[in-house]
Amino acid sequence: MKIVVCIKQVPDTEAEVKWDLQKGTLKREDMDAITNPFDEFALEEALLTKEKYDAEIVAVSMGPQKATDVLRNALALTVDEVHHVSDPALAGSDTLATSYALAKAIEKIGNVDLVLCGKQATDGNTGVVASELAVRLGYSQLTFVGKIVEIDAANKKIKVERNIEGGIEVVEAKLPAVVSVLKGINEPRLPNLMGIRKAAKVQIPVWDTNEIGVAKERVGAEGAAIKVIELTTPPPRSGGEMLSGDVEEVSSLLVEKLLGLKVIK
Amino acid sequence: MADYKDVWVYVEHKEGVFTPMSYELFGIGQKLAADLGANLCALVIAENTDELAKEAGYYGASKVYTVDGAPFKTFRPEAYAKAATTVMDRYKPDVVLYRATTQGADLSSACAATLETGIASDAIGLEIDASKTVKVTRAAFGGNFLVGVVNTKSKPQIATVRPKVFAMAERDTSKQAEVAKEAVEVAEGDLRTTVLQFIKSEVTVNLVEADIIVSGGRGMGKPEGFKVLQELANTLGGALGASRAAVDSGWIPQEHQVGQTGKTVKPKIYIACGISGAIQHLAGMRTSDYIVAINKDAEAPIFKIASYGIVGDYNQVVPKLIEEFKKRLSR
Repeated sequence: MKIVVCIKQVPDTEAEVKWDLQKGTLKREDMDAITNPFDEFALEEALLTKEKYDAEIVAVSMGPQKATDVLRNALALTVDEVHHVSDPALAGSDTLATSYALAKAIEKIGNVDLVLCGKQATDGNTGVVASELAVRLGYSQLTFVGKIVEIDAANKKIKVERNIEGGIEVVEAKLPAVVSVLKGINEPRLPNLMGIRKAAKVQIPVWDTNEIGVAKERVGAEGAAIKVIELTTPPPRSGGEMLSGDVEEVSSLLVEKLLGLKVIK
Repeated sequence: MADYKDVWVYVEHKEGVFTPMSYELFGIGQKLAADLGANLCALVIAENTDELAKEAGYYGASKVYTVDGAPFKTFRPEAYAKAATTVMDRYKPDVVLYRATTQGADLSSACAATLETGIASDAIGLEIDASKTVKVTRAAFGGNFLVGVVNTKSKPQIATVRPKVFAMAERDTSKQAEVAKEAVEVAEGDLRTTVLQFIKSEVTVNLVEADIIVSGGRGMGKPEGFKVLQELANTLGGALGASRAAVDSGWIPQEHQVGQTGKTVKPKIYIACGISGAIQHLAGMRTSDYIVAINKDAEAPIFKIASYGIVGDYNQVVPKLIEEFKKRLSR
């Protein structure tokens, strides 16, 4: 079985966000970066799947030069192969362009049974790329997955639990499939020192748009359908009121105020 | 692209079962349609579409496109996307809105990729600009930045809309929509997924749809703390939330988590107990109508955004609140 894990490098959730307002894009090179927290669960799920069923894991990341860091982390966690999809032409891609480029990269990897992604990335928060990848590749689209119950590679089948509104949906699907996983599906491990040392020495191959057969006009700022035209910070919340008094007093005051909102029935 | 017209809203349901929330986008859909000088239309895909289509008329759709058939009994993205994109290809909507739920996200993404068009997800603002384009406001980096996005390149303009952001349309049973029954062939053998089972959650109130949320953080100090919060939530008919710190401490399951790596919520009242107010948590709840903060630490950042703040120990305050609410609400 061959598993592809898609990993995105995102700005550290604690870091200061820097924007290129003219282009409506992030200045990714200038910001502290981490592996998208949701992708850590996808990576761990690939490692667990490999331990259970035997598989080959290929990690892919699309992003600028610096994105090799997240692939090196994946290598330290003993994935078998990594590919860095990188090209100045890709800068400014929206989900439509990103899913197109990643689908091309996955096609180039070839003979893939399972693509694992995180539910969404913490920078753009779109949660769209995994589904778009499934459609573009013609794979089963399995999102919001909280558990992979069973994989039957020989019969090209997978069974998962999807955490949807109101409960858990158990779904069986044909392989290949794109599975996007939720936080909490597993507990991501940390790389050990030997893994980190080994990974540091690996030459990470770069796939540019030519290499994966991507038409330049369909990616990057030129190919993106969605463009950012405005950037603001949310209006500050106003009029906070501190309630003071002893426990009895503040409690009855708060109850009075909340009942006054006519929300509680 | 001039051929593209009208605003469509996808009507979400679960095996034919719908709630008023299935029609919550008809209010904003109506407004966008009016600003564009276009019609509000509904898209219904189900095993039996009659009831759903009639209801769409009550909520203000002038035309309803329906796709009926056994393969559409349960939502499956590939079946529904085939139906939706086929009908969209026939009638070329200018704008298509879906709810930002698991079903809405799955279907909208599949439609966008199939039709090679853009998608703006989890909109919290929608307006028509001077060039008759939909400007979508959405939150990036959790909720700490708002970005305005447009798609001037391809049609239809697709967006998913965060639940509870826009007001419901009036339901008027004297209204009737024209129904266009559309035939779309989907062969069971071509489909890739089978839904085997649905296991209903024990959590009775859906966090994302709740009007009232009582939430606990690191300051709870122990798993038992959530019992008293649950009791307050039950008293108010609300849902139980938590911060990442409480979830990571193993005090409460992850499905309750609110924040950047949890759920984004917009209740009318959010009661934060023992939550300091890290930006990752605020990202998930800062658009709540009213925020109540109860925290021992008077310096906690949560107080800066709270509508009402109480400096105190939740162990003492919350039981008093329960007692007082029960008395006042005769429960």
